[in-house]
Amino acid sequence: MIRFRHAQRFFAVGDQVVRALDDVNLDIGAGEYAAITGPSGSGKSTLLNAIGLLDRLTDGSYFLEGTDVTHLSDDDLARTRREKIGFVFQFFHLVPRLTAAQNVELPLILSDVEPNARRGRVEESLESLGLADRAHHRPNQLSGGQRQRVAIARAMVTRPQVILADEPTGNLDRASGLDVVEILEGLNRDGITLLVVTHDGELADRAARRIRMVDGKIASDTGSAEQP
Amino acid sequence: MTARDVLAYATGSVLGYRARTLLTLLAMGIGVASVVMLTALGEGARRYVTGEFQSLGTHLLIVLPGRSETTGGSPPLLGETPRDLTLDDALAMERSRAVRRVAPIALGSAGVSYREREREVMIIGSTEAFLDVRHLRMSSGRFLPAGDPRRASPVCVLGAKVKRELFGSEPAIGRWVRIGDRRFRVVGILASEGRSIGLDTEDVVIVPVAAAQALFDSYSLFRIMVEARSEEAIPRARKDILRIVRERHEGEDDITVISQDAVVATFDKIFTALTLTVAGIASISLIVAGILIMNVMLVAVSQRTSEVGLLKALGASSGAVLRVFLAEATILSLVGAAAGVAVGYTAIGFVDHAYPLLSLVAPPWAVAAAVLVALVTGLVFGVVPARRAARLDPVAALTGR
Repeated sequence: MIRFRHAQRFFAVGDQVVRALDDVNLDIGAGEYAAITGPSGSGKSTLLNAIGLLDRLTDGSYFLEGTDVTHLSDDDLARTRREKIGFVFQFFHLVPRLTAAQNVELPLILSDVEPNARRGRVEESLESLGLADRAHHRPNQLSGGQRQRVAIARAMVTRPQVILADEPTGNLDRASGLDVVEILEGLNRDGITLLVVTHDGELADRAARRIRMVDGKIASDTGSAEQP
Repeated sequence: MTARDVLAYATGSVLGYRARTLLTLLAMGIGVASVVMLTALGEGARRYVTGEFQSLGTHLLIVLPGRSETTGGSPPLLGETPRDLTLDDALAMERSRAVRRVAPIALGSAGVSYREREREVMIIGSTEAFLDVRHLRMSSGRFLPAGDPRRASPVCVLGAKVKRELFGSEPAIGRWVRIGDRRFRVVGILASEGRSIGLDTEDVVIVPVAAAQALFDSYSLFRIMVEARSEEAIPRARKDILRIVRERHEGEDDITVISQDAVVATFDKIFTALTLTVAGIASISLIVAGILIMNVMLVAVSQRTSEVGLLKALGASSGAVLRVFLAEATILSLVGAAAGVAVGYTAIGFVDHAYPLLSLVAPPWAVAAAVLVALVTGLVFGVVPARRAARLDPVAALTGR
């Protein structure tokens, strides 16, 4: 599903070069549930952004479902994101002026889905996350947990193959966090590949596979089929 | 992202950020409204002035003493001393078949008195033809009598104001007034029509031309107004007038003949230029509004960086982001322009109501140009912020860097 070979991502910070990803080799199979952990600045978010095609590799190669996506044009990257990847962010990133339903509808609009079909899928997504009665509320009228559930509904509405979650519980209380994690795990059980970046050891321990990043390298990778 | 979705999303943003939207609409609206109003004023003035001239009749020729090559300008003030135009010159012009009426005009100023009241008034000496040539109307009595213009009958016609000032509510017809050192019997009162091309028809006294010449002890005419038989007869009438006067003035071409349409055309040109100038000045405010739109949109892009980042993360192409922001700028410009046109027309309505004489009309070209300039300005100044938004790096945008 996801294959990185000698992936490198460097940033120039002043006169210095920061190696955010340094010769990373990684294979993630379809339907896997992996947690990416590591200290701050270890490169875990950079890895997630590169997997999500939000960022390009400085060197190395990236295959997604067997297709080399390393050198795709910006428009092709955008199309691939639309079709295959869903994002869940720590700070939700909901558009404040839009209602919950309108926020969930956004990826469908970008994918040119017919308005009637859009409405049905938005309702379905919100209902599956217990948000049917919050459809017409704006983000500032929702609790943190509800906002993150709206964000998850938005990520799953296009039926992606991969969901990438960057600290999805980082901004939530324990109960809401647990709720969100269980929803994400449910999606994984339905066959969606789930990658979660987290600082939270307890959350990481729930994942079948744990990838620990240190200084831009994979320090350990436990629980995977290839690297036990 | 379909065009409809782009439009809906951009409309949502425009409605979602109300203060920003109102400010931009205000700027664009003022710009367009000022173009509409100022061009309407210019156009109104043009119509008023040309209308005034045209009301005199389009087949009118004005003969001035002295030669000038320019038509439509003012008569020569300095230069050669021409032979005077005389009453006989005017009468000779009547020989032309292309000429319908000739109204010789002698002009001067004199004190007009009735009993103890006296008023310094412009005295026009002419013939009965003057009434028709200048399209004047009588409120009572009759105009100068027909007959030999060389005969200085002691009769006069008073302007409405002169009658009011000298006689008050007393009837004036049949009474004798003193003009200068002569006595004239009032035979008619002009209708109240206000000013007409430099002549206050309310504040004049009209006497037979020979009487005016005797009064001012001058046998030269101020000018001669000639009405051609038709518009087609104007060139012929002009040629005949020049020929007749040349014959009478020993072969000298020492008069200037101005046709009415030349005067109208000149004023038309002047006022069109004036309208264009004020439209140009007003357009500057449209450019300023455009810069405001750019400013507002730049602020919007920086305020909505994370929204742009999100759109890109969700799979929006740079082109889609560009279209969304350009659509916002276009909506702001178009709605602003529409509001400006509405405000402009409302203001014109008010002014028109208050000063009906001006009859303000915003020229359609000016309205179309104002809306077009507003749209182009909004788009041009919307491009920079839209491109900035489209080029945002999604990771940097999402993390607020």
